[in-house]
Amino acid sequence: MTLTIEKLSVKYGPVQILHEISFSHVKGEVLCIIGPNGSGKSTLIKTLAGILDPCEGTITLDKRDVSEISRNEVAKRIGYVPQDFQYLTSSTVLEAVILGRRPHVQWSLTRHDLAKVDTAMEMLNITSMAEKMLTEVSGGERQRVFIARAIAQEPDYFLFDEPTSALDIRHQIDVFQMIKNIAGSKNRSVLVAVHDLNFAYHYADRVILLDEGKIVSMGTVDEVMTEDNIISVYGVPMQFIKTDAGRYVLPDWKKAEERIPARPVNVM
Amino acid sequence: MRSTSVYLSGRKQKLIVLFALLFLLFLTFIYALNSGSYHLPFDRIFTILYQSVTNPGLLESTPSEKIVVIDFRLPRVLLAILTGISLAIAGCVMQALLRNPLVSPFTLGLSSAASFGAAMAIVFGGSIMPFIPPEFQNGVIILCAFLLGWLSILLIYGISRMKGSSSATLILAGVVIGYIFTAGVMILKYLTNDEKLREITLWLMGGMWGANWGAVVIVAPITLLCFLYLESLAWDLNTLSAGDDVAKNLGVNVNGLRIKGLLISTLAASACLAFTGIIGFIGLMGPHIGRMLIGNDNRYLIPCSALLGGLILLISDTAARTIMDPIEIPVGVIMYVIGGIFFMFLILRGKHRVIT
Repeated sequence: MTLTIEKLSVKYGPVQILHEISFSHVKGEVLCIIGPNGSGKSTLIKTLAGILDPCEGTITLDKRDVSEISRNEVAKRIGYVPQDFQYLTSSTVLEAVILGRRPHVQWSLTRHDLAKVDTAMEMLNITSMAEKMLTEVSGGERQRVFIARAIAQEPDYFLFDEPTSALDIRHQIDVFQMIKNIAGSKNRSVLVAVHDLNFAYHYADRVILLDEGKIVSMGTVDEVMTEDNIISVYGVPMQFIKTDAGRYVLPDWKKAEERIPARPVNVM
Repeated sequence: MRSTSVYLSGRKQKLIVLFALLFLLFLTFIYALNSGSYHLPFDRIFTILYQSVTNPGLLESTPSEKIVVIDFRLPRVLLAILTGISLAIAGCVMQALLRNPLVSPFTLGLSSAASFGAAMAIVFGGSIMPFIPPEFQNGVIILCAFLLGWLSILLIYGISRMKGSSSATLILAGVVIGYIFTAGVMILKYLTNDEKLREITLWLMGGMWGANWGAVVIVAPITLLCFLYLESLAWDLNTLSAGDDVAKNLGVNVNGLRIKGLLISTLAASACLAFTGIIGFIGLMGPHIGRMLIGNDNRYLIPCSALLGGLILLISDTAARTIMDPIEIPVGVIMYVIGGIFFMFLILRGKHRVIT
């Protein structure tokens, strides 16, 4: 089970966002994509999710070109969790999770479909809120609903686009534990675009560092998340700390503030 | 298993609501057939309906009853139901496609375009369609209203081809096209004589005056086929509620769905509007009441909106022709009053569902 991307290029109108991206993603691994704003993380995730069309290059699922597979078949294999929650404002939690069965059903949900929805909701511990409106649950719970929807879709590959960007630290850890669990115990592949380098440092099996739509470095955490790479891409000196309690990436505040001088701001 | 039981009990309740609405529509249908200056016992209505299907020859012995019930009231009642269904499903589908609860055939310029078509036909008469014989002058109005209604959606389609089919683009295009056609109607009203001005105004108010069996025979299959087609899109419409990105990832061709859905819902709405003139609010009220009753699942919401649309318009039309009997009020006027009160209620009530 392999997702292979070869020389993938994507454009928004005349502007090229991704330049000849190539990598493979194998089963059971958490692959984190890191990079500064505008580096192309979300574009890469959306292209793999079938939301954007590449202008060049190929995406192959188990040696089959996805452009030659029906939309529905691809939908059964690749699931996507977006970063924003602006939609589904008038749906219940259950209705949102049920949407994940769309690639598998013609019209009516079977007992099998409902069992899958049940399992997904139980996994994410949201069964008790099935009848609640999505507007009535917290941001963290809503993220779990979206993950449950993707699990109900039963894909082999999960794509997360900055899944913790709007969450507090407890819910961020909660989400990444779920992501790790999906990849580990469920033996699925997970690709996560992430801003917080600490999460990539702690949870990733492999990391891709993107900058200006190109892969700067790709490999294990130790290979990619080096001081040189991070400084050259983010322009911020970082410290990499390993303790018994975990691994941390922290800005070297003094050096960072010397590099990024404060801008004069005139408050009107 | 809790979510399964929630789903199954919700589905059961939704089906009960649908059957209750169907029964209510049937009762209203019978009541409407018996409403008017010429009264008949209810059992006589059933007998006439039964005989008209099984043995039409028997009805010739009571010609006045046949004329009143079969030739006048029945096509009018059926056209009211079909128009209500068409406008409500069009509104329901357009709202789902564009993820905007305030979208209706009006917002997308369809009504303004159909009005312009009708006004042109009224002002210029048969000269714009010389191939139609003079005795079918009314047909020119119907055809022009229908074609212009379609033209509006084709213009929106053209714009979406150039600028993408995001909901914002489509709504904006619809609003702009609506204004342009409204300007056209205003110019025609300004330039024409008093008699034609009155005719245009009456058409714009909407009513079931044009009801006859010919209209029913044309509108019924269009409504039925459009309903079935739009119902087949229900799952895809549901996925759109999660945003275009999630819908695409779930295997939905979002652009294709928007265009197909808009074209077919426009076909349903414009076929009816061509015969009835402008009837507002059904496209908003049907789906909104439906959502309050059974939620957002379009598999149930589309038929629920259809039944509610048919029911509301039938009740309104029956009221329109009986409230000030023998004077008939345009049903469009009644709809504006009911619609206004309903939306005030909606604003005050907030978002609550009967069934989750």
